Amino acid sequence: MATAANDVSTKYEAVIGLEVHVQLLTKTKIFCGCPNHFGSEPNSNVCPVCLGMPGALPVLNQQAVEFAVKASQALNLVVNETSIFARKNYFYPDLPKGYQISQFDKPLAERGWIEVTTAEGALKRIGITRLHMEEDAGKSMHEGFADSDAKTYVDLNRTGTPLAEIVSEPEISTPDEAWQYLTKLREIMLYTEVSDCNMEEGSLRCDANVSLRPRGQKALGTKVEVKNLNSFRFVKQALEYEIERQAEALGEGGTIQQETRLYNPGEGRTYTMRTKERAHDYRYFPEPDLLPLIVTAERQAAIRATLPELPEAKRARLIAEYGLSAGDAATLTATRERADLFETEAKLAKSPKRLANIVLSELQGRLKAAEIELEDSPVTLAGARLAADLVEEGKISSKILKELFDHAFEQKLDFPAIYEKEKPQQITDSAEIEKMIDEVIAASPKQVEQYKAGKTTMIGFFVGQIMKASKGKANPAVVNEILVKKLSE
Amino acid sequence: MNLDLLTIEEARGLVQSREVSATALTEAHLARIAEKDGEIGAFLTVTREPALAKAAAIDRLAEKGDPLPPLAGVPVALKDVLMTRGVRTTAGSKFLDHFVAPYDATAVSRLEAAGAISLGKLNCDEFAMGSSNENSAFKPVRNPRDTTRVPGGSSGGAAAAVAAGFAVATLGSDTGGSIRQPAAFCGVVGMLPTYGRVSRYGLIAFASSLDHVGPLTRTVKDAALLLEVIAGRDAQDSTSADVPVAAYSAECGRDVKGLRIGIPREYFAEGLDAEIRAAIERKLDALRGLGCEIVSVSLPHTEYAIPVYYIVATAEASANLARFDGVRYTSRAEHAKTLAEMYRLSRSEGFGAEVKRRILLGTYVLSAGYYDAYYRKAQQVRTLLTRDFQNVFTNVDAVITPVTPTAAFKLGEKTGDPMEMYLSDIYTVTANLVGVPGISLPCGTNKEGLPLGIQILGKHFDEATVLRLAHAVEQVK
Repeated sequence: MATAANDVSTKYEAVIGLEVHVQLLTKTKIFCGCPNHFGSEPNSNVCPVCLGMPGALPVLNQQAVEFAVKASQALNLVVNETSIFARKNYFYPDLPKGYQISQFDKPLAERGWIEVTTAEGALKRIGITRLHMEEDAGKSMHEGFADSDAKTYVDLNRTGTPLAEIVSEPEISTPDEAWQYLTKLREIMLYTEVSDCNMEEGSLRCDANVSLRPRGQKALGTKVEVKNLNSFRFVKQALEYEIERQAEALGEGGTIQQETRLYNPGEGRTYTMRTKERAHDYRYFPEPDLLPLIVTAERQAAIRATLPELPEAKRARLIAEYGLSAGDAATLTATRERADLFETEAKLAKSPKRLANIVLSELQGRLKAAEIELEDSPVTLAGARLAADLVEEGKISSKILKELFDHAFEQKLDFPAIYEKEKPQQITDSAEIEKMIDEVIAASPKQVEQYKAGKTTMIGFFVGQIMKASKGKANPAVVNEILVKKLSE
Repeated sequence: MNLDLLTIEEARGLVQSREVSATALTEAHLARIAEKDGEIGAFLTVTREPALAKAAAIDRLAEKGDPLPPLAGVPVALKDVLMTRGVRTTAGSKFLDHFVAPYDATAVSRLEAAGAISLGKLNCDEFAMGSSNENSAFKPVRNPRDTTRVPGGSSGGAAAAVAAGFAVATLGSDTGGSIRQPAAFCGVVGMLPTYGRVSRYGLIAFASSLDHVGPLTRTVKDAALLLEVIAGRDAQDSTSADVPVAAYSAECGRDVKGLRIGIPREYFAEGLDAEIRAAIERKLDALRGLGCEIVSVSLPHTEYAIPVYYIVATAEASANLARFDGVRYTSRAEHAKTLAEMYRLSRSEGFGAEVKRRILLGTYVLSAGYYDAYYRKAQQVRTLLTRDFQNVFTNVDAVITPVTPTAAFKLGEKTGDPMEMYLSDIYTVTANLVGVPGISLPCGTNKEGLPLGIQILGKHFDEATVLRLAHAVEQVK
């Protein structure tokens, strides 16, 4: 691409909207009693209803309603007391009825938002137009069979999986805002436990619409829909590519064709999938097999009462209660499980702040290096809490702490076990420590002078020297006490 | 003993008393089908073996002397739009020529559980679309009263089977008159329960908001007995209502004195056969004699019912029939080179002309740019039709109308003119649009000896009054 990124942003403004499909983690499918389970034998989780057999009728799964309402509330959407299911008509082999039961002009919920931070550091609300419920289609398998050149196989296990489709306003201005929007959306879905948001298994899917317009212009440019965005990183990359591509075309006096493009992550490019000369007419009309969905104010309140503390609120509270930095709070609340684990231990810890530091420095660093998740870590958060308490009480130095963590990871043992096993023979004998202190003081007349002249921070130098001399085994509390006394003499 | 024209009570009584075994009763009906149905064409599939097995089971129960279930040993048959597990189910379409249903419709399983013995699947207009049964992809049905004439449709086989003595009772479906009109043409009783009264689960959908499952029988009481069995909330049909089911058969014979009956002017206007009008008036006179009050009422939006019906019904049908696409259980066109071609060829070959006409019409009225003018407008007028009935029912207990403008017409008489055919439903479609219950029952014959029908419509979920009044109409001479 010839056009430099900053040229693009001075000349053009990108307008991005995202459509996200989230599979709801209900026990059964949205309109029948089949298990809602990924990874079963093809066409095993099926019945007359989800196979679209003649005469079969849908019955709405109330857990799906509950989950969709919960997701809506967590995304600040207003839930409609009455919403209407509608048939979206199109032919495809993995759509057994020839129509998808969705919602159209009366969706479950409308007008919500997710907050992101702009490049300038300002907070910005990205509007969410709507969240509606619908059924997933099956899967067409065009590859992987001996006769795949001649045949397509269809697996209808996924047919009828409950989906929440979440449509943003075209208010996202940069690929990074899109990335933040998606990250926060996923975080909220995970916190509310309505979806596992596993992109590899397709339980969270995203399409992006992007157009460019000259800065200052109000009218929207021609938009392009980008599909096959299988990770948030790809969304960002595809949008970056697409913005450059469109800017270049416009810069050369060309026009943008309204079309659907596929992202190729290997090449980092998008390619034309289909042009929309013939717009789809889905002939939506109200689904006569289902009654209007009524979610009364009482039911909404009951569902709202089950909402957990949401990530933003939790971060704000952790910062306030435990004195964490914004960055530390963000890392510790990346998932609800992690945040809950941290909080449980933080409440017990002598210093939550120290626990946070140890988790972020000693634990996260080693997990990252070993490429394992916290859930599989040899050192648990309870173990980390013991470590934090030991440091806090001055029973181990930070050097010993590091060594113990190394041992724990090498031997795959939790911290309490490794501490018992490798417990440093700490020197607490004051006479022995006094002797070491005397030697250090005698060897450092200059530093003693500085200390006595009022530079009390020199104490760190002396402690360091003594720890070095004792190979980290001197009890820091005892060292401190005697050192201060000696230096004041 | 002549076992051809028994009522439910008679048939069940014979089996319970062991005067006639269920097996003998079943054999007699199967024999009559074998002998006569070549001429009539009511059956598409006869399920001889399962029927005899079921009859043997009922006989074993009877031998023990245990009280038998309400329809024990009663030979019935089912319109072929009802799903029957393990039995070929075609909806009268070539598309489903070889389709074996994997499950039972709720109404079917309730009949089975009540001890009824199904003899097979009944001919009908393809996907229940038609008023003469001439749209069956397999063969027409002939009216047992006059085999040069149609039996009506779309439940033509279901009406003819009862009239011809092939089954004591049958189940049909009614989307715009498909039970009541053939009942009138064949001289039997046909009941349209309130929308939501009988589960639609397992009824191959034509127009979901208009489809009803209902009985065709020889007597009003039989209709009541059958309705008692099949009615009631079904968790598998979201539109089925949780409204208590009355003991309908006990309504038959109750005094009708003091009932107010509305006669809608719009149903007795131009186009109604003079003999039908006269036959109905004779019945009204008799009801006056029983202490009923007959009042003239108005249903002012009646003239819009046919256009509204053909918009709503076809719109829903266009989606309901999308599943017949050649991908799964229907026959697939060979030699298609692309997916689009497979759909086009399979559906072109699979569907008959009337079904295609309605799919096209329904697709059109739902299309972008036409939706508001047709579908939305039709739904608005449907609301007005509902209000018409609500207003009338504040004043009367039931409404009496003709079922059809004429008696049964000849085969081939109307096949060239779809509009003419559609107008034969003029008195029946409104009940489907409004969802109220109705019944069609015999009302004498014309001078050619053809049966004439009379229709009673009631308030939502008030089948009790409809049946009580129908029974009185049936009994008066």
